[in-house]
Amino acid sequence: MRIHLRVWRQAGPEAPGKLEIFTADDVSPDMSFLEMLDVVNEHLIKKGQEPIAFDSDCREGICGACGFMINGIAHGPEPRTTVCQLHMRHFTDGDTVTLEPWRAGAFPVVKDLVVDRGAFDRIIAAGGYTSVNVGGAPDGNAILVPRDAAEVSMDAAQCIGCGACVAACKNASAALFTSAKISSLAQLPQGQVERRTRVVAMVNRMDDEGFGSCSNEGECEAVCPKGISLRHIATMNREFWRAVMKV
Amino acid sequence: MTLESKVPSGPLADKWDRHKFESKLVNPANRRRHTVIVVGTGLAGASAASSLGELGYKVLAFCIHDSARRAHSIAAQGGINAAKNYQNDGDSIQRLFYDTIKGGDYRAREANVYRLAQLSTNIIDQCVAQGVPFAREYGGQLDNRSFGGAQVSRTFYARGQTGQQLLLGAYQSMMRQVERGTVDLITQREMLDLVVIDGRARGIICRNLVTGELERHVADAVCLATGGYGTAYYLSTNALNSNVTAAWRAYKRGALFANPCFTQIHPTCIPVSGEHQSKLTLMSESLRNDGRVWVPKAPGDHRRPSEIPESERDYYLERKYPSFGNLVPRDVASRNAKAVCDEGRGVGDSGLAVYLDFRDAIARLGKDVISGRYGNLFDMYRKITDENPYGEPMRMYPAIHYTMGGLWVDYNLMSNVPGLHVLGEANFSDHGANRLGASALMQGLADGYFVIPYTLAHYVASTPLPKVTTDHEAFAEAETAVQDRLTRILTVRGSKTPRELHRELGRLLWDEVGMSRNDAGLRRALARVPQLREEFWQNVSVPGDPDNMNKNLEYAGRVADYLEFAELLALDALHRTESCGGHFREESQTPEGEALRDDAGFSYAAAWEFTGVGRPPTLHKEPLTFEYVKPSQRSYK
Repeated sequence: MRIHLRVWRQAGPEAPGKLEIFTADDVSPDMSFLEMLDVVNEHLIKKGQEPIAFDSDCREGICGACGFMINGIAHGPEPRTTVCQLHMRHFTDGDTVTLEPWRAGAFPVVKDLVVDRGAFDRIIAAGGYTSVNVGGAPDGNAILVPRDAAEVSMDAAQCIGCGACVAACKNASAALFTSAKISSLAQLPQGQVERRTRVVAMVNRMDDEGFGSCSNEGECEAVCPKGISLRHIATMNREFWRAVMKV
Repeated sequence: MTLESKVPSGPLADKWDRHKFESKLVNPANRRRHTVIVVGTGLAGASAASSLGELGYKVLAFCIHDSARRAHSIAAQGGINAAKNYQNDGDSIQRLFYDTIKGGDYRAREANVYRLAQLSTNIIDQCVAQGVPFAREYGGQLDNRSFGGAQVSRTFYARGQTGQQLLLGAYQSMMRQVERGTVDLITQREMLDLVVIDGRARGIICRNLVTGELERHVADAVCLATGGYGTAYYLSTNALNSNVTAAWRAYKRGALFANPCFTQIHPTCIPVSGEHQSKLTLMSESLRNDGRVWVPKAPGDHRRPSEIPESERDYYLERKYPSFGNLVPRDVASRNAKAVCDEGRGVGDSGLAVYLDFRDAIARLGKDVISGRYGNLFDMYRKITDENPYGEPMRMYPAIHYTMGGLWVDYNLMSNVPGLHVLGEANFSDHGANRLGASALMQGLADGYFVIPYTLAHYVASTPLPKVTTDHEAFAEAETAVQDRLTRILTVRGSKTPRELHRELGRLLWDEVGMSRNDAGLRRALARVPQLREEFWQNVSVPGDPDNMNKNLEYAGRVADYLEFAELLALDALHRTESCGGHFREESQTPEGEALRDDAGFSYAAAWEFTGVGRPPTLHKEPLTFEYVKPSQRSYK
């Protein structure tokens, strides 16, 4: 297959960017999208040109490092798939594909397709944990967790922190990411003690980081590689009002 | 140099308690006066940073990613072992200890492994308290499964994403300390040298991967939790950024590297599909609980699996190992897969694969149960191969997965360089020659949450640590060395990409230092590696500048280190003429083709000392003595 690429190139955070055109030849349908880009980069390096910068690490869809817009869709056309798990068999010979970085004020571009998602870490730091020190934990089975609660908690905890939800949202809202952690802990007995303070601190931090508001479009759920459900945003909103109204 | 393991005296079961009591403590008010550097934020690094932060030390935590949550611990699927005996099936600390020593083929320290088994139960308690959503029974208790060669169900899991959930637990604990100001998390940094002052590890040089700037960081102690070296083989189950650089630079500063030839090949990975392949994807070995491994009885049988009748299938693991069957340890399963493929009975286009078949399990338990247990793994398989594992068997082949070797450490997890501590996969300590499934997560968290807080305190409290600053000449010398190396890489301007050279090295290592090794092949590797290294320095192409994000420059630096490290790997494999665990020397096997140890000759840890690039390292031996288990021929029949 031959694939034509239009790729956002930007030398640094302050530098102006533009779309550059590349062609990938001899693309095998078994390649992942990133392996196709590896081949393009190999050719660039051999010509003494700077390769296209993009983040990736585990290449099995769990670390959350990779991700960019493919033809305007975060992580590309396949549902529940990170870019590293998207294979070229979903494209057709002669396709033109446009690649752009996540676009959000809270995710400044570092270079080309690489953005800084440090804001997510700061949201977690605001309260995305239970405050237990090492040493004092009771026996594991002393805390019983209903199976259904554990399952819902796990559904939310699967979030890989890739940022696709923010990139897909017209408001650049981090509601799905933030709510996933809040909801995961809210299901569990371990999360009850700090339930109120956690949701308020995390929601405030999310706002402070410059993410937009949620207007319930559902674009985030549609692109989430782990299929995190919008219901967690509803849970977050309920938790938030419960906390601030002190009911 | 004599290697002192510092294993405490007294009965095995009392050693750790006694050691904790005899270790010195640091007054709570004084802890904040001590700075500790933690490099790496996987399970070992994040748990160490958070627990040291909780105690009040000033922690500088470094990670290579944009977020600490991305370390490769996150990819561990199957689970974590703990000797809780919640299933009433005969488990105990003693049994986990025994299984781990035996699984490691009697090449690990008894005292370390016993401590690991003891601490396993605390880890589960800690992770539950953190809110890790482990799988539950209907009554709300923790669920367990049997895993990788264990005859008891002691593995705790969170669907097929146990590593992710445990890492997020440790990461969140660490972020809590970041918020409290005890941990300074410094992301997008790569450690490029260790700074040793007056014989003690006192700091690191790292590169800011966004700006390209070199930085000096000073501390009272340094903890490396930088993972293993599996990516030296190019194709492995490791993440692309996993590398040997931090450990290698510490080695070049005097830390001993132990048992590098103990590498683990995981039996169930998705086979290579072509030259473009950038990494291999592991399928959790929990699949072997319900999946049956087979190949056609006849070589060259190219029929579709559904067309091969039962009588013409060879369920070779069940046939050869009736008591363990498909659940034999990883090294045994891997070697047997290679053997049947070498006989021409491999399946798929390349002939380098075996079937892992769920037909019988689906018939017995129903598709829903199988989907509940392995749904995410089946989805992953389907995404990559475009085949449906509910309808036809998976194709699997072994791949490099974990490295048991690493920097040598004593019982305190301290290397021979005072102040340099090494945690998790980066050290060599607990898995001997082969790691059992669901034990890596256990070791990483044991080291970080429960061992280092005690042993590091003892080091800090009992060691005179005069104040040094980053103006010290040792920092300047190290920074200059790092700078020179980066400049050299950028000025070659040759015609080969780092990836081409890495791929060539990987193929060489896989062929000659892979699943089965022999004298002639290892000598071929030892002759070829220096040539590849020479080619790198003559002909590598790294465009761009050093003063901004340059991922190809980062990668080239790591490849340069693999090209030095590979020689040590092959040399260690050549010197160890016995077979043990993951290290299979063709010259040393039983009549049935199983690994044959040589306890008289090789019951020691081989710790190598750097003497210069391209020069033979010096071998130091730490003898292994077994007081509580009697080494025997491992048998899974």
